[in-house]
Formats: sequence, C-alpha cells, structure tokens
Amino acid sequence: MKHTTSILPIAVGLLGLAAVGAGLVGCGPSGAASAPSGFTPRQMADALFTVMASDRAVYTKQVVNRLQNEEKVIKASEHWQDEKALPLPAQMFRMGAETVTEKNAGFSYALLSLWPINKQNAPKTDAEKAGLQFVNDSSGKTNYYAEEVLGGKKFFTAVYADVAVSKACVSCHNNHDDTPRDDFELDDVMGGVVIRIPID
Amino acid sequence: MRIRRSWLWIGFAGVNAAAAGYFVQRWQGPDRTVFLPGPTTHGHYQIELDCQACHTPWMGVQEAACYKCHEAELKLADDSHPKSKFTDPRNADRLQLIDAANCVTCHREHVPQRTGTMGVTMPSDYCFHCHQQTLKDRPSHRDLPFNSCATAGCHNYHDNTALYESFLLKHLDEPDVRPEPRVARRTVAAFTNAPLTATGQDAPATAASDPAILQEWVSTAHAVAGVNCTGCHAPAGKGGTPATWTDHPTHEACASCHKGESEGFLAGRHGMRLAQGLSPMQPALARLPMKADAAHRDLACTSCHGDHDFNTRRAAVEACMSCHNDPHTLAYTRSPHYTLWQEELSGSAPAGSGVSCATCHLPAETVTVDGSQRVVTQHNQNAHLRPNEKMVRTVCLDCHGLSFALDALADADLIQANFRGSPSRHVESLGMAAARRRMLETTKKTTSRNTP
Repeated sequence: MKHTTSILPIAVGLLGLAAVGAGLVGCGPSGAASAPSGFTPRQMADALFTVMASDRAVYTKQVVNRLQNEEKVIKASEHWQDEKALPLPAQMFRMGAETVTEKNAGFSYALLSLWPINKQNAPKTDAEKAGLQFVNDSSGKTNYYAEEVLGGKKFFTAVYADVAVSKACVSCHNNHDDTPRDDFELDDVMGGVVIRIPID
Repeated sequence: MRIRRSWLWIGFAGVNAAAAGYFVQRWQGPDRTVFLPGPTTHGHYQIELDCQACHTPWMGVQEAACYKCHEAELKLADDSHPKSKFTDPRNADRLQLIDAANCVTCHREHVPQRTGTMGVTMPSDYCFHCHQQTLKDRPSHRDLPFNSCATAGCHNYHDNTALYESFLLKHLDEPDVRPEPRVARRTVAAFTNAPLTATGQDAPATAASDPAILQEWVSTAHAVAGVNCTGCHAPAGKGGTPATWTDHPTHEACASCHKGESEGFLAGRHGMRLAQGLSPMQPALARLPMKADAAHRDLACTSCHGDHDFNTRRAAVEACMSCHNDPHTLAYTRSPHYTLWQEELSGSAPAGSGVSCATCHLPAETVTVDGSQRVVTQHNQNAHLRPNEKMVRTVCLDCHGLSFALDALADADLIQANFRGSPSRHVESLGMAAARRRMLETTKKTTSRNTP
C-alpha cells in the first residue's frame, strides 16, 4: 500500500489515454499499436482519473451550473427523464461507469462517499473504506493506492478525492432528503472515485 | 454360453440403437416434448419446443437469449437492477450470496414447484441480501419482512418507474378518478401518396374479385394513404426479387409500413411463436381459458384487425373477446370501463374517454419516430402486464389517481371482476412517503430555528 502526491503531469495522462485506447479498448489503428509495456496499473488509473475528473468538471461547470444556476435555462434533476431535465453530474458519471461495465472494458470505476445519498454507494471493501477516509483526511491532496482481492481476483485499486467544484454540488447534497451530511462547502471532499484494474 | 452372451450384446445394442433412433426422430420432428425436463413458465411455454431459442447446442442456457427478447422492456423500465450494477468487482461478495448478474439465478425454467409470480424461482425475501441497511434508515420499514418488499405493491426488482419515492410524493392526494379522464389517442402518420378509389385498384385479373372486399378497402386508411392491393398482396421481395401475388399476406407485409407495431406483436404473446420461426399461436395452445370455437385460429395481424376493413375499434374489444374466455375478460361487459367504451362509441362521450381491452393491454404510447414524437399502439401486451404496476404510468394514471391505481392493481379479486367495485386492499407506500416528508420538513424547521 503506497500513498503519493496526486499532481500528475499531463504528459503521463496523455500517454495513459493512448495506452488505454490501444491496449484496453482495442481501437488502435489496425490493431498495430505497440503493447503498453512498462505502463503500470497506477499510471493507467491516474490517466483514467484525469479524463474522468476533467469531463466531470466540465459537465458540472459548463453544462449544469451554467444552464441551471447562471442562465436558468433548464434544471438538473435526479429524476431527469421524468422532469425533462439534465442528469446530475454524479448520475452522468455513474451512467458512464455502467456503460464501461457493460462493455467489459477491462477496468471499472465507481463514485462512492462516506456520506452517500444512496447508501449503496457507501464504501464496502477495506480498500474503499481506508481510501475514502485517506483522501478526505488529506483534503484531496493525496491519492490512495492499494491492492485487494475481490471474488478471488486481484485488483489494483486507486481512490481519488471527489471535490465540490461548484455551488450546485454543495447545495444539492446539503438539501437532499437522503443526505447524511448537510454542511458541505465549496472545495470540500464529498467522496471519492474508485478505479479498479485487474492485475495478474 | 458364449453364443447366448453374444445375443445379449446384440439385443442390448439393438435396444440402444432403437432408443437413439427414437430420440433423433423426436428431436427432428415438431414434437420435442419428450426432451422437456419439466413444464415451462407462463412466459415461455409457447416456445418451449424451440429449445435453441434459450439453450446452447449442449443444453446450457444462453444468457444472451434473455436479453434478445427482454432487453427493450428492461430499458423501458429503467431497470433498477441491471447486470452492470453487479459485475462491478466491489459487489463480488454479494454475487457469492446471490448471483444477480445472471437472469437464471432468479428465473430458472422447468421448475414449476419452485416458480412463483413473475417466473421468480428465488425465495421471495431476496432483497435481504443487499438492503438490510434500509431497516435502519427507514423507521417505517423496521418491522416489515423482506418477503413483503416486492409483494406489497411497494417495490419491484426491475421496474420502479411508478413506485419511486419522489414519484409517489408528486401524486399524493389525487382523486380516485381525474376530473376529465382521457386516454392518449393514436396519431396517424401524414400520408404522402394520393388517395385511391375503387377504380384505381391494381389487383391482377387472376386474383379473386369481391366487391365487398373492394368496398372495405376503399373505406379504410389504406386506400386514403394510397396503399393499393399489391402493396400488401404483392410486396417487393427481399433483395429486389420480383413481387408475386399472395392471397394471404403475412405479418411481414404489414411490417413493411407498420414496423413498430409488428415488432410489438412479435414480442408479445400473440406473435412470439412466429418470432421464433414456429407455427402461429393458436388459442388451443394457450394456458389461459379460451373459447372452443376459436381454438384453431392462427394468430396474425388480420386475426384482430380483419382482412380489409382494419377496424381498430373491433380489434380493441370484440377481437379479444372472441378468443379469451377467462373471468377477467368475461366480466368486462359488466364493468364501468365497458360502459365508458360504449358511451364513446355511441358518441355520447368524448373521444378517448372509453376504456377498451386494448386501452389497458395494448396501450397508446408516445414514441420518437424519425426524430418526431408520435402516439402509437404498443402491440406487446406483455410490456405492461406483469408486474402489473408496469401499467400504472402508461395506462392507469391517464384517468386515475396513483393511490387508487396501486390499490386496484393490488386487489386480485377486483381485477378478476374487471374493476367493478372498489379496491379492498391498500398499498401503504404513498402514506409512508408522505409521513417521511412531513418528518423531514419538521426536522429542517427545527434545525433552522436552532441555528444561530
């Protein structure tokens, strides 16, 4: 189990994406891309998280916060289908995670919290519990990495802080009927992204 | 002695060869019942002799077969427990308790002694494995047994679109019957061809001619839409093969224009045999009570819609009642729904106020076709049948309040009487949701008063 700083060079992220694309998703040109030799599970997890966190922040700020809170064009709602609204950023993220799972892409990710609105998203495994506590205690400055065995398979598990990037995150969580915590503030760690990559 | 033993071996081999021959013949023939390990469920019995519809060549179960037929339904229901939720490694411990990533864990076939409603073969307290926390979080649930979650009208495993808490809260205190109850009405696509008259018909001289048939066709939307005789009787073949006239067009001819309706028909009880390449369904094959004189009708589009008049009103009631002979069907003509239907037909009540068999079982649904929304008839009656809360949003709420609808659907006797009377059961979920909302509002007020 190792803990290291989270600031990841963009170059590593881009390299990670290329490796994921070629090695995992299998969409490299003509299948001739070189194997990602020497590319560690941790580098891959970091690269994946860079993309996830970036997309998530863009959706939260440029779509939900802008259209709902600033320009008041459309609301975002937990029941977005029924209410003809935008999916919440957390839902958008989970839908992506489920789609990845359906594609059997070779890795999985989840958005969990020590204060989950849906109790099924509370940490379950030892790594999840320790990881969420760790990223919260470090105020999101440090990631958590571990190896764990689940269902007889060994996984590299990385936990990254999920930080409140806009007022929409804070107000929605603080006011939700099912929230176990109602004092979140901007830039608080609200939960964590858990990425799992099978090893050996 | 040696000779006697040889004869024994020859006899043994002969018996085996005869048995093998018998089974090969039965396998290749239309009647494979000898291979059934046990009776199939109500959902699959129609196709039980097409083993490969669900099984691999060596009689394993094709998981993909479940999705082939049920995937669209699960998507429509916004499945609360999709496979993708369980294949996440973090749920590996749960999968060891209950392998929820596979349909057949809960829906085993050929085991009638273990099969409950909805074809579930799992003990009915299965929610226990993952939802024990709920008992701690919800005081109202503390004393409820886990075998009541999915049987009390409150929750379903797959489809909770009419049962989730926020939806309940939006539909509190609704009247049993809405002030102006109306069901959605089918929208007809815009016709682009010029309308046809009797003189414009293009049936070949060799085809049987019948003035009554011609008159029926002229009075229908088909003639108005410019669909001529050959449009159905001699459609162009696949891959540009020359069209040949047939006196009896199949559902494939209808599907060339009515694609969605045809897909629904093939997915439902009336067309699922055809969808598997079997002979058409006949009432004689049904497990539900059917009328004796309808026993050997082959079910196709024209069974309900007629050959040339395509009367949708007849298809909505008389066609159903000409075959179905169960208590619910027989009670329809004594029901308030039937009275409303008669009033609409007579013109004394507005369009959309009547309730036919099809109103509930083949409901009008809003779908997006080529980028625009249309109201079409869902021909897969199974899409809204079981569990019957699936019917709430698409059907019941057009006319009734949610609480009344849930109570009525939970009352088996009332369903049998075709809703003549009032519900004798009460589903507690709306009351629970309202009580929790009051409690939370009280807590918030108290907190804000105490906050400096």
